[in-house]
Amino acid sequence: MPIRGAKEGARSDSSELIVNPSPPACLNLPIISLSDVIKQFGRLAALRGITAEFLSGRLYVIVGDNGAGKTTLLRILAGLSQPTRGRVSILDSTDPRAVREQVGYMAHPSLLYDELSALENLRYFAQLYRINDEQRCRSVIFSLKLDPDLTRPVGEYSQGMRQRLSLARAVLHDPKILLLDEPFSNVDVGSARHMVELLAAMRNRGTTILLITHQASLLESASNEFVWMDFGKIIRRSRELELLQAL
Amino acid sequence: MKRAFPVFGLLTLVLLSFALYEALIGAPTERTMGEVQRIFYYHVSSAWTAFLLFLTNFIASVVYLAKKNSKADAVAAVTAEVGVLFCSVVLVTGPLWARPVWGIWWTWDMRLTLTLVLWLIYVSYLVLRRFSTSSQTAVIAAALSIFGAVDVPLVYFSIWYFRTQHPSPVIGRGGSLDARMWHVLLINWAAFLCFAFLICWSRYRLERLRRDVEETQALEALLEPRGVR
Amino acid sequence: MSSLPTITKATLAKDLRLEWRSKDVINAMLFFALLVVVIFSFSFNPTAEESRQIAGGLVWVAFLFASVVALNQTWARELRNQVLDAFRVSPAPANALFLAKAIGNFLFVSALEALMTPLFIVFYALRALGPGWQLVPVGLLGTWALVVNGTFFAAMSIRTRSREIMLPLLLFPITIPALLAMVQATSAILTGEASAKFWIVLLAVYNLVFTTVSLLLFESVLHAE
Repeated sequence: MPIRGAKEGARSDSSELIVNPSPPACLNLPIISLSDVIKQFGRLAALRGITAEFLSGRLYVIVGDNGAGKTTLLRILAGLSQPTRGRVSILDSTDPRAVREQVGYMAHPSLLYDELSALENLRYFAQLYRINDEQRCRSVIFSLKLDPDLTRPVGEYSQGMRQRLSLARAVLHDPKILLLDEPFSNVDVGSARHMVELLAAMRNRGTTILLITHQASLLESASNEFVWMDFGKIIRRSRELELLQAL
Repeated sequence: MKRAFPVFGLLTLVLLSFALYEALIGAPTERTMGEVQRIFYYHVSSAWTAFLLFLTNFIASVVYLAKKNSKADAVAAVTAEVGVLFCSVVLVTGPLWARPVWGIWWTWDMRLTLTLVLWLIYVSYLVLRRFSTSSQTAVIAAALSIFGAVDVPLVYFSIWYFRTQHPSPVIGRGGSLDARMWHVLLINWAAFLCFAFLICWSRYRLERLRRDVEETQALEALLEPRGVR
Repeated sequence: MSSLPTITKATLAKDLRLEWRSKDVINAMLFFALLVVVIFSFSFNPTAEESRQIAGGLVWVAFLFASVVALNQTWARELRNQVLDAFRVSPAPANALFLAKAIGNFLFVSALEALMTPLFIVFYALRALGPGWQLVPVGLLGTWALVVNGTFFAAMSIRTRSREIMLPLLLFPITIPALLAMVQATSAILTGEASAKFWIVLLAVYNLVFTTVSLLLFESVLHAE
């Protein structure tokens, strides 16, 4: 599997004298690397040998049809599921569970308690990360254009609001790596654009983001690289969305 | 190694036949219980064998949890199955023996009760293995095996005290065993152990084969051309 | 490890709040417990003397059934929206989740028992002839014995097909010594014919052993997807 993007990235930043807003050199090291990762559910092969590197401080957009293995890949990186074979290394650790503190994960389901309000939800999840800071929860909710003082339970939120709160939960502890599974599904275009801005800002501060979406065009400007998955493999990586679509 | 299995099978067969002869004809007839007492050689041999298999299951489960060695898991799965089999033999022969001797099919006798509880625990272990949807059935099963093993002494003490409070309606098999009977018992036990080992061996080979097939099928799935799914 | 008590407390508080918000489960459970008592009392209608002999068994078997239904709900809320995954991706210790769930179940099952016990007393005209205060440690230890393994096996059964039926299949065989202890202790106290000390000690040992084993093994089971 060619990992062109990764190698170019590593090479282009040899000089330390460059003065520009691009991330410092140390950020261009691979923060996630996978070698020949295979995941099988019985006879079904969800991942059929993935070898790839993802660099620090980049936003990667993973695209592909349903059943291409995108979600499985993200779950393995989040430490929720173990690969059948192959090696995953995140932040120099081969055990994703050892670096859980540094990883944020947003799944397709909301991962929120429907009966609790937004603030109650975040307050609880903050404690799981040993954050005891009410202000942090409020500001994260606020940054996603939700009202922290809304007492309505999350179950009564619209799908779009729930998605935004779900993102808030994932970024609560300011992770170095952010894994997002379809963050824009059922989110209106305006909110989606706002979410993209927020993610781009996080990326500029050095967060590595892997994002699965079917609305890749939303991220055309923000994305560093598009990763095309098909039938359990990464078949192409490209800086431009058009190149992928031309295939 | 390939020839070892049939050779060992033949040896077991010879030993089993000899043990059968000894139990039915060789051993002296018990004074009070009569011929029916001869079931004792099967009953006790099966019980000891079952207990040994459950012990192996426990050890294999601990090894699996510590080393994540899939062979240990296969051993655990196999010994639980065969152990339940022998345990069933105990539970069937027990009442068969009790009825003519004590006049009742069942009593909450220490040993019978312990065997029954063990049987229940290991049947639930097998059910768990069968019903698991996890890709890590081995981990869950090993955990249950440890729960079961830890439970055994507690079951033992609870029944022991239960029995002392409610004296058994019958006199147990008190008295010491005749030397000749001991001899026959040990021969039978040896035969049963060999027999159990033989079944485990063959079942273990089957289990390994099954896993190999699964793995090969999984590999094939990896190479499958697109679109088959 | 210092985060263990904090996160346990946070999780327990969250669970209690959730229970409180959706009282439907509590109400259904309380009604179920009531039904169990009525049906038991209906099926067995003994004299006061007989009932003292059999009450220990009846009461604890009724508690066992009621608690299985309650225990089956333990992880239902965590599975909705897959919130359990949010816990699993966090660095929070798995045992905090286990302890919170076990304590939550303990409170819940205790509440059920608190409702059922007076009904049993009324229906069976029960009165302890032995030292009645000993029923308190028997009740507490017995309830913990049911919930500690129940919570663990409920977590196991979410990784199986037909999970509702799996819980009793796993729980009942292992619980036999504890159940025997609860029943015998209760009978001994009610009839006043024997001492319940041995059984109370046995229950305490049972709890100690299985709480330890659960804490040792819970993490692997939680992550065994």
